Amino acid sequence: MRESQDDHWLTRPVTIRRLWIGFALVLGALVLAGLQIKVKGYFGIDDLFGFAAWFGFGSCVLMVLVAKALGALLKRSESYYQEEATGASTESAATSTDSGET
Amino acid sequence: MIDTLLPPALILLAGAALIGPVRGIMRDAVLLLAPVLTLWAIWQIPDGVVTTTQFLGYQIEPVEGGPLRRLFATIFAVMALVGGLFAMRQARWYELAAAHAYAAGAIGVCFAGDLITLFLFWELMAIFSTVVVWCGGTSAARAAGIRYAIMHLLGGVILKVGIEGVIVHTGSVDIQPMLAVNFDTWMILIGILINTAAPPVSAWLADAYPASSPTGSVFLSAFTTKSAVLALILLFPGEGVLIWVGLYMVFYGIIYALLENDARRILAYSVINQVGFMVCAIGIGTEMALNGAAAHAFAHIIYKALLFMSAGVVIYRTGMTRCSDLGGLFRTMPLTTICGIIGALAISSFPLTSGYTTKTLISVAAEQQGLAIVYFLLAAASAGVFLHAGIKFPWFVFFQKDSGMRPKDAPWNMALAMIIFAAACILIGVWPEPLWALLPYEVAYEPYTAGKVLFYLQLLLFSGLAFFLLLPWMRRTLTISLDTDWFWRVLAKRLVALLSRAGTLIGKRVGQPMQERARRGQLWLGQQLGSSGTLGRTWQIGTTALWISVLLSLYVLLYYL
Repeated sequence: MRESQDDHWLTRPVTIRRLWIGFALVLGALVLAGLQIKVKGYFGIDDLFGFAAWFGFGSCVLMVLVAKALGALLKRSESYYQEEATGASTESAATSTDSGET
Repeated sequence: MIDTLLPPALILLAGAALIGPVRGIMRDAVLLLAPVLTLWAIWQIPDGVVTTTQFLGYQIEPVEGGPLRRLFATIFAVMALVGGLFAMRQARWYELAAAHAYAAGAIGVCFAGDLITLFLFWELMAIFSTVVVWCGGTSAARAAGIRYAIMHLLGGVILKVGIEGVIVHTGSVDIQPMLAVNFDTWMILIGILINTAAPPVSAWLADAYPASSPTGSVFLSAFTTKSAVLALILLFPGEGVLIWVGLYMVFYGIIYALLENDARRILAYSVINQVGFMVCAIGIGTEMALNGAAAHAFAHIIYKALLFMSAGVVIYRTGMTRCSDLGGLFRTMPLTTICGIIGALAISSFPLTSGYTTKTLISVAAEQQGLAIVYFLLAAASAGVFLHAGIKFPWFVFFQKDSGMRPKDAPWNMALAMIIFAAACILIGVWPEPLWALLPYEVAYEPYTAGKVLFYLQLLLFSGLAFFLLLPWMRRTLTISLDTDWFWRVLAKRLVALLSRAGTLIGKRVGQPMQERARRGQLWLGQQLGSSGTLGRTWQIGTTALWISVLLSLYVLLYYL
């Protein structure tokens, strides 16, 4: 059933493989185009060959890594704030009961 | 003749007031004609102060024209028009009315010639944007709306403190460039920055906007942050601290959007990211940079509204907003997919889109000023925008996997609104000169040189490569990410609970014995003052006279002493 639903040409493995090949060719052509087209650098380092390609790739990898690291620290379940609200009210109710007993 | 000009904000406000009472086709007419009339009025306002009046003893200038003010007012009116078209069949009438009043506030800010008028329209925006958030209709929307209102009213108070200080210390209510050099100006700067979702209170935006209705978030994405950008351009051009505030916002938006699962929250974080570019440009403060900030704000309102529109259509049709629930919608929603992709390319400043011909002005400004770190960080951020919004949003919403859903594409009015804005994204990308002509300073910039186009294509497409290679690391999880609002949403609550416990304990240890003593004292007083008590019972006249004579004698004695 899944196969009958998912038969769009864009989702077929052969199409995806072709898209990857096409994408790789475009990326290669963009880098090689730097041999012909002068990309003006302003601060020295951006005069290096293919600067924008490796700088764009590298900074994105770095951002994903930072996001992963921060995610480990900051991610909570979707119901975190609801649970906090319920937990706080339960806790305060429990506190008042406790204090009432003692 | 000039005095008879109607302030544009009032036209839209009148339209907002009329939306409720009228019905059917008349409501549609008011909804669409009010912004058109407002737009016409905006273009009648000449440069300089147009109207002056007395308010609370101050000479205020409710309408002051100028290229920058006209540019922002124009895009706000266009947004009200196309947003109204997008929402006219789906939103409730009170959301439409609130959205128009909200837009009127933003247009009022554009033409405010003095700080008092600016503040009044600022608060008008705060009130009606809160109503738009509440129109989300869920309990989450109501709670988020209250948090939103508290944040903006607090921002309003801080702004007001600064304005009062400036008026008291300088005697002037005029809007003129200043730097954050003393308490008053810092208060004004902080008050405005709160509306740009600057740190440490950026969380309000991603908290409130996604809680609104599928149509409400389209309006919310446009006015508050961009009117604050205009206020910063008018009041704090070249204020150095804004460079770093802006850069923080740029990377904050990227990182949080990368962690996010909710489609509209991804877009909300990318609003902060994009406003960061503008704030950074205002900090650089040159003519090129201010042009960049203004042009980018103009283009951003269009492509961001387009992105929120495509997300809004998806939510309207599927009821789903989480990336983990969505996917594969391109099959039955081709128009929404294409418009979403155009918006995503524009936000990523892809060549031939509006982002390319506007945002790159900011990078050029940083380069011209020799700000190498700022230039490279902005370049990295441009790659990051493609990563978190340019690919992530359309990929997870429209492609990724087959969610099994086969929803219909957008209704005609939503489709038309998206087509208009998608066309505008491309038009500004291929023919930016008409927009540049509206900018406050002359633009001497050639965006389409082979070198520049190659630079951006390399930057963006290799960012795309990073996205697809790292896709396994970006699997969506059913999570949210904690932000600074944790301090007042959780920590403050815990502190209050702790204080309440301490109060109960103190009450038990100290209060109970005190209560016992008070009860005894009350009993004793009752005995003394009661009908049979010493001071309460009936005395004989002779005894009374005796006591009076004793008291009088004491008084006389004390007087002579």
